[in-house]
Formats: sequence, structure tokens, C-alpha cells
Amino acid sequence: MGGSILGNRVLRKEDPKFLTEGGKYVDDLLDEPLLANALHVTYARSTVAHGKINSIDVSEASQMDGIVAIFTGADLDLQQVPSAFNPMATRTLLATDKVRYVGEPVVAIVSETRSQGEDALDAIIIDYDVLPALIDLEKAMASDLHLYEACGSNVVFDTMVLGLPDNTGEAYFADCEVVVKGRFMNQRVAPCPLEVRGAAASWGENGRLTQWLSTQHAQGAVAPIAAANGVEEALIHVKTPDVGGGFGAKIGAYPEELLLGPIAKRVGKPVRWRETRSESMVALGHGRAQLQYVTIGGNRSGKVTHYQLWAIQDSGAWVDMGTILAPFMTRPMSSGVYDIPNIECRTTSVVTNTTPIVAYRGAGRPEATAAIERAMDMFAAKIGMDPAEVRRINLIPKFLEPHTTVVGQTYDVGDYETSLNKALEVSDYAGWREKQKAARARGDVKQLGIGVSIYVEITGGVGNGEAAKVEILDNGHALIYTGTSPHGQGHATAWAMLASEQTGIPMEKIDLVWGDTDLVPVGTGTMGSRSLQQGGNAVFAVSAELVNKAKAVAARLLEANEADIVLDKDSAAFHVAGTPALTKTWSELAQAEKSVGGALSHSDVIGVTGATFPFGAHVAIVEVDTETGKVTHLRHFACDDAGRVLNPLLLEGQIHGGVAQGTAQALLEEVVYDTDGNPTTSNLMDYAFISAAELPSIDVIHMETPTPLNLLGAKGIGESGTIGSTPAVQSAVIDAVSHLGVDHIDMPTTPQRVWEAIVAAN
Amino acid sequence: MNVNIVVNGINTKGDIEPRMLLVNYVREHLGLTATNIGCDTSSCGACTIHLDGESVKSCTILAVQADGGNVTTVEGLAIDGVMHPMQESFMQNHGLQCGYCTPGMVMAAISILKENPNPTEQEVRAGLEGNLCRCTGYHNIVHSVLACAGKN
Repeated sequence: MGGSILGNRVLRKEDPKFLTEGGKYVDDLLDEPLLANALHVTYARSTVAHGKINSIDVSEASQMDGIVAIFTGADLDLQQVPSAFNPMATRTLLATDKVRYVGEPVVAIVSETRSQGEDALDAIIIDYDVLPALIDLEKAMASDLHLYEACGSNVVFDTMVLGLPDNTGEAYFADCEVVVKGRFMNQRVAPCPLEVRGAAASWGENGRLTQWLSTQHAQGAVAPIAAANGVEEALIHVKTPDVGGGFGAKIGAYPEELLLGPIAKRVGKPVRWRETRSESMVALGHGRAQLQYVTIGGNRSGKVTHYQLWAIQDSGAWVDMGTILAPFMTRPMSSGVYDIPNIECRTTSVVTNTTPIVAYRGAGRPEATAAIERAMDMFAAKIGMDPAEVRRINLIPKFLEPHTTVVGQTYDVGDYETSLNKALEVSDYAGWREKQKAARARGDVKQLGIGVSIYVEITGGVGNGEAAKVEILDNGHALIYTGTSPHGQGHATAWAMLASEQTGIPMEKIDLVWGDTDLVPVGTGTMGSRSLQQGGNAVFAVSAELVNKAKAVAARLLEANEADIVLDKDSAAFHVAGTPALTKTWSELAQAEKSVGGALSHSDVIGVTGATFPFGAHVAIVEVDTETGKVTHLRHFACDDAGRVLNPLLLEGQIHGGVAQGTAQALLEEVVYDTDGNPTTSNLMDYAFISAAELPSIDVIHMETPTPLNLLGAKGIGESGTIGSTPAVQSAVIDAVSHLGVDHIDMPTTPQRVWEAIVAAN
Repeated sequence: MNVNIVVNGINTKGDIEPRMLLVNYVREHLGLTATNIGCDTSSCGACTIHLDGESVKSCTILAVQADGGNVTTVEGLAIDGVMHPMQESFMQNHGLQCGYCTPGMVMAAISILKENPNPTEQEVRAGLEGNLCRCTGYHNIVHSVLACAGKN
């Protein structure tokens, strides 16, 4: 009897294809019959941040070579569409009266080749009455000029409208011996999946629209596509090719994608669209962009008793998902891993003339963690205590029964002190402190910085379960249908491991179907680190039920009691207990079912009982050149507890990627606008996308505290690395120059900022 | 304009627009879509291929400049269905996730080892600076290259 495959370092099934012939991304669908003779769509975008559209002149462009049609919003008779998060905010999918950010689509060009469409862009003349650009969050909050007049304010969401109280200010800290305040900008960053957005649309003779989408959630796109086309959802078929990364920014369907159906209908031909990177940098949603006013108070022995956070969330120019991350993700996690008896947290979301904010790896939880972790560091510095020690004093003790914080969030299981101990021990924290002391004593130009963070986050909070179907083919192979949607995570491998564990069918005979709404009509996609604990859990449970169904078929064929049928997983065959010589294989059972007009498959939506709360501790070691401000990230230690691990190879890959993106925010990346709202980081030359040269190898420290909330004991791991690493790296940079009098540097801690902080402290 | 370019050992020709980039020639004219386009500023390296044995970003070269040249894309690496050692190393070391940067990354990695068969980790990192990846944090990519060089 072989052992379980679960928990093993299994190589990825999907890799040979990606390595030899490449993925089949939406722009690679060259031989798709439904897209034969497809035309190309190119969008003319707003070049001003805020303005009224006076006129649009397409006369010259429409005469150019290869131009088939040019559409404005009026041409397409576009109607106002309300925001899902604040219905008072409405827009048309192409701007018609007003533009609200640089990059907003205004005109759609349809051409025979892509380059003809790009040529025509220059000939389209859009005349604007330019309005003042509201770029600064606090100025936008106070402004009488409103992006959406019907909202009556640029504040589009506030926790006070949920009935939650306002923060009470300094009075809250009257009893504290020590109070520290901070103003932190958790800066705006660009998700930057390597594959930009792309889509294609084709109407069939049956009146159905087939739309290909580079998305994290095909099923979620059906309703908005149907609405944009004015047809029933049954007429929409969304297909997801390989997707070259998403990171949250490809969850929702965008105007450029929703318009392809109406455009294809008008021109009577299928259409394709793929943005350029320069478009993507201003029109794919951005992430983070949260201003934080933080106050922390406690006593001189290190106990934190009071914490107050006002998170002002930049929504960008549309009331998109970013608007609700602060109230529903940042606020619930404001207590972090700490037992703080008094917490106030208000969040306020504000529209500005910038690219809309959407979910980005971590989506509200990195912001919560960054705030409390930075506050802990400042509190520790104020009372002259080691930051790791202050954290230890305030940790919620280990709990294996649900624990509810004072902000009302219930965590499943947690053992924060063990994660801290592991991270400190493996990183040799004490040793680095000694080295730091020596470097300071010598007055070295290059100084060491050590940063510690401890975090807890929410995963699997999206969706109440997931759909799965497992079907056995005549040849005994299995097909898994999942409502999750891989774009790099390795679902084809992970889900095959789960099905193989239950059925005994070897992994190489198990394939995965996803992201096709005809084949998988129900699904919540891949986001919020939900896939394994909901989607994987469903595959595991459905596979088990399929084995039971197969036993019934085997019992019939072997003329035995169902209860006496056993599955020998090593040979993937069924037999009657005690008579292993006479077997029925999966193939034989599938054919038997087919012969009586059935099929050997099982399908179900498997619920879960709630979100899980992965946690961990990171230690970052940096070196800072005190003459230039240059930071070198020397070592990174990540202890992330995601519950029971299905495949350590995939787990580590998720941690590595997460740490890199978190480090990128801490050290390098920021989307910048000038005061007129012109983006100055709108391509990969100007945006500081982190590279291999700026990162160290990452030391992964394993820890497993299974959750009781699903069959697998699994919690999410997709975002943990980002959440844990960002504050650790930021903290390490500040720590490296703290002896020079620096107490805070906002992210990204670029050489210029670090150098300026050193100069200012002198 | 007419061009003749050997791609993965096969003579190809085309009557193309002078402004066509080599990456578009490979992708759209030949249908070899493994080579990807990730940016428009020659920053990301997703389009890295070999031209006359040297790695180049195929978005920075006009197809007409490659006239008479010899191009290898990732589709041309495997021999009789056996992956190139670098491809195999990426698989063994989980050097890819979404796969979008992967063809360019593999081509760049082969070039790094050709120039420096015995690189240090820092040399590999510096060598890969022009190839961006958003999924892997580069950790397993770097270790794939080192493993292929016979290290770790």
C-alpha cells in the first residue's frame, strides 16, 4: 500500500506545455475558428485627469487605412451604469460627458490590423474643458468639486454609515503612560501581471456571444457582459484561456472588455483587444493607496492598551472594489495578532482623479498589518524596548478555539508566539543585533537594519464554498471541473493530487477544466487565497463521493453488497473485500454506466464554514548606505502558517512571489501622479517593477497549524508573503538608520527618501 | 519588404511591413506564440529569443534587421521531445508559475550560462535583471539557473 500523495513535493503537470510550446493566452488564439477574420479594437483614452468633454472629432481618423469603424459612447448609445458599491456613482463604459482620470477610455477604434488602430489614435481629437484635478486624498475629501455630483461628496463610503462610531481623538489615550502618533502613506502600487489585459468576442449564429477573457473569475463576468449587451445571461459564454497573472486586478470585468460584444455586433465581425503595457499601467486597476492616521498608547513596561486607526482609502476615479477593502478587510484586521483591549478604527473612502483602486495581492490586509506593525515599532522605540519583545508582550496567546478581537473579528486558530520564536531563531535575530551594534560602534557607512513583523490575515472569505465535478472517461482518465480559476497557482497539479488521493487514478490521467462558463457554470474564481480551502476542498469531497458512486456500480457488476466493495488505490480498481483477484477498473465502471445511459461522474457545491486566518512572522535584514540612502535587502526569513500543506513546492512558490511583491512595495514601487493628475510612472521604464537583482533568496520556515474549518485543514497562502514581508522590510530600513535619529520613512524607502530622512534627522 | 529568416532550423520568409518587429514576425507571421509581449519599452524581457546565438529582446529589433539571420525561440529548444536542460531545470525547481515570462526567461538563462558557465547567485541575478517575473519572486528561477549550471 503506497502512502498518501498529499503533503508531497509534487512537480507541476502544467509545466512541460509552458516550457516547450508556451501557454495559450488570449492573444495567442490565432487559429480559433470563431475569431477568424477578427477585427482589432483600440481605445482612445483621456489625456486629462478631470474634464468635461466638449467635442470628439473622428473625421480624419475614420478616413485612415484599415479603419472599419469608430465609436463614441453616444454612437453606442451607452447608458449610465451604477457602481456595485455605491449606486449613486454612475458612469458610461466610454466617457461621454466627463473624464475622471488619465487613461479612461473615450473612443473605440475598430481596424483591420492592430497597428492601423494605433495609427488612428493620433488623429482623434477630443476637446476638453479641463477641471481642477483632485489628486491629493485629503484635498479631494474637503473639495466642493465632486467627481460624481449625485454622491454630493467625494467621500463614497465611510464606516460611520455602517453605524460604527467615529474615532474619539486624543481623549481616548488619557490613561496611557506613553502615546505615539504616526501618519503613514501606504502608497499606490501597480499590480503588473506580466500578461496585460486582453479579450476577444464573437457572436454565433445562434445568437450567443462567446467572449474570451484574461480573468480570475469567468463566472463573475457573465452578468456584466450580459448587461452590457442587453441580453440574457444564458446567451453569454465566457472562456478563460491561460492567464498570465492577475494578483487581484483581473477579478472584475473592465469597460474595455464589456464593450467588445456591442462593438462586434455593430461591425458584424468578431473582435480582439489587447492593451499595451503603457495603457495597462493607467487603466488596469491599482492597489493599496491608503493614508493612515495611527495612534498607539500603553504603559512603559510594554503593554499596549489603546490603538486608534483612521484609514483614508483612495478609491481612484471609480467606486470599484478598492472602496470597500478598507471597511471590510483593513478594519476587521486592525488588531492584528495583538491582544489590545481598546481599538477604534474608522475608514473613509474617497474618489480622486486617478486610476481606480481594485484588489491587489493582500487587498486591505497588508494595509492593516503595515499600520499596526509600524505603530508597534514606534511604540517600542519610544519606550526603548526591543521591537520583538514588545510584540511578544502583546501577542494573543495560542488558541485552538475561535478567538474574537475587540473589533469583532473571529480568528479560527492561532499560535503567533511560536511563529515569532521560529523566525527569530532561524534568522539568528540576536546575532544580527550583535552585528548591528558593532557596525554602529564602528560608525560604518553601511549600517545593518533588522525588521520584524507578525501578521494574521483573512483567507477564503470570498464565497461560501465552491463547485466541483469529477467525471470518469471511458479510458479511465478523470476530468475535474472547478469553479476556481488558476493563473499560475498550479491548480492542475494540486487538484489532480486531491482527486488521485481519493480515487487512486494516477495524476497523469487527471486533467482540469476551468473558466468556461458553459462547462463550469457555477464558480467564484480565484481570489482572496480561497482556492485550496474552498475549491480544493470541493474536489476532495466530490472525489470521495464519486468513489462511493463507483462502489455502487462495482457492486452491481460484481453482484456483491455495496458495503463489501473496496477500492485498491494502488491499482485504481475495485473488488469485493477478500477476493482481490476479481476487479473492476475505473474504465470498466465508466463504460458500464455509459452502456446504461448514465455517466460515472459526481458534481456538487461544497460549502465551508467560514474564513480562515493564516499567520506568521517575517524577519528582514537590510544594509543601508548612510551616505547615499541605498538599501540592499540581504536576507529574508518567512515563517508562514497556512495550515496543512498539500504541496510544499507550490506553497513555497506562493511565499516567494508574495515576499517579492511585498518587498517591492517596501523598497521600490510607487505609482506617481503630478499635481495635474498626469501619471509619471506609466510604463515599465518609469515604474520600479522589482527585478531579480534587487532581491535575495528567501528562507522559508515551515509551520503547520491546521484549521478545523475544512476537510483539508488548509488555510490560504497566496497573499501571506506579501502581508508579512512589507512591514518587515520597511521596518528594517528604518531600523538601520534609527540610531541617526530617524523614526519613520514612508514606503517606498527609495535611496532619496532614506537619504532625506538621514539629512533631516541631523 | 521580403525577409528570409531561419527560425528553429526552418527557413521562413515573408513579405512584411518594414516596421514589423521581430517578435510580431515570430508570433503572428509564423504563429509561434510561446514568445510573449509584456511591455512596450524593452523592459520586461518576455520576448527574449536567440538571434545568431545571442539573446535579444525581439521587441527591440525589426524583423528586417534579422533578415538572413538565425533565430531560436523556446519552441526550438527541445530535441525529439526531450526538453533542453534549462527547461528541465525550470520544471524540477518550480521556476515558473503563470508561464508568461517563462519562454523569455529560459532563453535569457541559457544565454547567461553560455557566457558564464559557472555563475554565482549574484551573477545570475544581475544577468536576469532585464527579465521581469511577477509570480515567482525570482527565487526558483535563480535556483533553476544555478541548478542547470551544476550548483545546488
